Amino acid sequence: MATSSNNSTALLDIAEVSKSFGSVSVLRSVSLTVAKGEVVTVIGPSGSGKTTLLRCVNFLESYDSGSIRIDGKEVGYRDAGTRQRRSERDLAAMRAETGMVFQGFNLFPHLTAAGNIMLGLTKVRGKSSAEARSIAEHWLGRVGLGHKADSLPAELSGGQQQRVGIARAVAMEPKILLLDEITSALDPELVGEVLAVVRSLAEDGMTMVMVTHEMAFARDASSRIVFMADGGVSAVGPPREVLAAETTNERLRTFLARFRASHF
Amino acid sequence: MLGQIAYALPFLAQGFALTLWVSLLVVVLSLVAGVILGVGLVYGPAPIRWAVRIFSDTIRGIPILVLIFFVYYGLPAVGVHLQSFWAAVLALTLFKTAQVVEYLRGAVASIPKGQSEAAMAIGLTFRQRLAYVIFPQAFRRFLPPWINGVTDAVKGSALVSLLGITDLMQAINQVIGRTYEAMPLYILGALIYFAVNYALSYASRRLERRFAFIRD
Amino acid sequence: MGYTLNFNLIWRHFDKLWGGLLLSLELAVISIAIGIVIGLVLAVWYVSAGRVVRGIIAAYVEFIRNVPLILLVYLVFYGLPTVVDLVYSAQTSFVATLALYSGAYLVEVFRSGLEAVPRGQLDAGKAIGLTPWQRLIHVRLPTMMRITLPALSNTFISLFKDTSVASVISVPELTYGAQWINFNTFRIVEVYLVVTAMYLMTGYILLFALRLVERWYRTAR
Repeated sequence: MATSSNNSTALLDIAEVSKSFGSVSVLRSVSLTVAKGEVVTVIGPSGSGKTTLLRCVNFLESYDSGSIRIDGKEVGYRDAGTRQRRSERDLAAMRAETGMVFQGFNLFPHLTAAGNIMLGLTKVRGKSSAEARSIAEHWLGRVGLGHKADSLPAELSGGQQQRVGIARAVAMEPKILLLDEITSALDPELVGEVLAVVRSLAEDGMTMVMVTHEMAFARDASSRIVFMADGGVSAVGPPREVLAAETTNERLRTFLARFRASHF
Repeated sequence: MLGQIAYALPFLAQGFALTLWVSLLVVVLSLVAGVILGVGLVYGPAPIRWAVRIFSDTIRGIPILVLIFFVYYGLPAVGVHLQSFWAAVLALTLFKTAQVVEYLRGAVASIPKGQSEAAMAIGLTFRQRLAYVIFPQAFRRFLPPWINGVTDAVKGSALVSLLGITDLMQAINQVIGRTYEAMPLYILGALIYFAVNYALSYASRRLERRFAFIRD
Repeated sequence: MGYTLNFNLIWRHFDKLWGGLLLSLELAVISIAIGIVIGLVLAVWYVSAGRVVRGIIAAYVEFIRNVPLILLVYLVFYGLPTVVDLVYSAQTSFVATLALYSGAYLVEVFRSGLEAVPRGQLDAGKAIGLTPWQRLIHVRLPTMMRITLPALSNTFISLFKDTSVASVISVPELTYGAQWINFNTFRIVEVYLVVTAMYLMTGYILLFALRLVERWYRTAR
C-alpha cells in the first residue's frame, strides 16, 4: 500500500482502516506503523476509537476497509482487496501471533494461574504439559507470582490477576503485545505493580501497543504516543513532541485539560 | 387388604422399573439432543437459531399431555408406526429436550463475552474455545437446574400410563381395578414417586452448594 | 404417507374446542385464586411459626412438588371418596387438586418473596408505630407482591397448561375436546395442530396481559 512508507522495518502496519457501527463511524482511515521493539501508547477521550483500533489488530473486531498487516501478513482477510475473511483456523493461528491483555483481566475462572497460561501453550503451540508447566512457572516468576501457580483466579487480587493475564499473553511469545486499558479496573494502589511488569517487558524489547489513561506512564515509558480523537489519529510522535503539541492542537488541549482536572 | 397389596407388589415393582427405564431413556436422549440443539441455538447460523427457537417455544408452550397424544395418535396417521412405548419416549424426550435447550442457553449466556475473547486472543479455534473455556464453565451452571429438572421427566412419565403402557401409575390403576383398595395404593404410589424425586432434588441442592464457591 | 390435511371436521366441532378452552381458563383461574390464598396463608404462617408447623408446611410443599399431578388427580377423585363420605363432581375434584397443587408451589414463591423484603422497611414500619398486623398488610405484603408478581405469572401460565390433565377424569376442557374430535373424526393431525395453536396463543396472550399487570403494578404503587 502506498501509505505504508516504512514497510521494511514495520512489524505492525495499519493502513487507512475505517470502521463504522451502523451510521456511527468509529475509525476514520486510521494509519499507524509500529516498528519491532517499539512501545506505542494510545491515548484519547472515550469513544475516540482507541480500543476498537486495538481490537482490530487481532481481529476481535472486523473492519470495513483498509489493511492491517503483522510482519507483512494481512490479519483478518485473505486479501485486503477482495475482503475475503480468513478461515477460523487461519484466524486462530494469526491471533496466536499477537498477545492481548484485557481491561477486565478475563482469566479463565475454572483454571489455576498456571492452567490459564498452559492452555494456549498446549492446545495452540502443541507443547507437552510438562514443558508448558515449566514455561508457565517461568513467566509467573517473572511477574512475581511464582508462589501462586496453583491458585484459582478468584483467590487472587485484581493486580495479581492482571499480572497472570500478562503472563498468559507473553508466554505465547507473541510478535506484538496489545494492552487494552489494563489498569482501568484496578484499585489505584494496585496499578503500580502491573505497570512495573509492563515496563520490564519493554526493557526486554517486547513490541507493545497500549491503550491507557496512565499519562505519566505514557510520557515516561513509551517510544511514541498516539493521540486519537473522533476515530482518527490527531497527533503522533515521541511523547515530548505530542504533549508539547498541546499548544497547537485544540482537541489535545481539551483532552489534557479535562484529564488533569479529573486526575490531579 | 395388606395381603392383597403384598400380593401385587412384584407387579408394582415391574411398573416402577418401567417408570425408571422410561425416565432414564428420556433423560439421556434429551441431554444429547438438547445439547446439540442448544449449541445450534447459541452459535448456529440464523436459520438454525430460528428453527430451534420455534421448536423450543412451541414445545414449552403446550401441555405435555397434548404433546404425548399428538405424537402417539398423530404419527400413525402420517404413516409412522412406532410401538406405544417408543412413541411415549419420543414425546417425553421432545418435551425434555426443549428444557435442556433452555438450560444450556442460560448457562452459556451467563458466561461473560470476555471469556471467548480471551480464548480467541491466545489463538484457540472455535471448537477449542467451546471445549476448554466455555463448556467447562457452562457445565457448572447447567448441572444444578438440569438435575433438578430430571424430576420433571419422572413425573411426566406417569402420563404414559394413558397410552396403555404399564408403568408405575398404570400398574397402580390395574391393581386398584382388581382389589378396589384405591386410597392405600395411590398413597403407596405417591410415596414411591416422592422418594425418587426427593432424592433427586436433594442431590441437585447438594451439587448447587458444591459449585457455588467456584462462581465468579 | 400422503396425508392430506382437512380441517372441515375440526371447524364443524370447533365448539368443543372453544368451550374446552374457556373451561381450561376457568379451571386455571379458580385454582390459582384458591392456591394464592393457600400459598399466602401458609407462607406468612411459615415465616413466623415454630419448627413443628414449619416441618408440616415443608412436608406438604415437598410432597406435592415431587408427585406427578395425574396421580394427585386420581387420588382426590377416585381415592378420597372411598375413605371419606363426600360426593363431588370431577370438575370440583380437579379444581381442589389443582388448587392444592398450585398452593404448594406458591408457598415457596411467597416465602422467598417475604424473606426478600428488606429489613430496613420493617424497621421503618416499627419506627412509625405500626402493629405487627399493620406491618404485614401495609409493608410486607405490598413489597412482596412486587417481588413475586413475575413468578406468579409464570405459575399461572403453567397451571393453565396443567389443566389438560383434567381430561383424564373426563372434565371437558380443551385437551378432552381434542381427544373427543380425535376419536370421533380421526382428523388427528388437524385437531392437534389447532389445539397446539390454541394453547400457544392463549399462553402468549396471558403472558402479555400479565406483563402489563406487572408493569402497571410497578408504576402504580
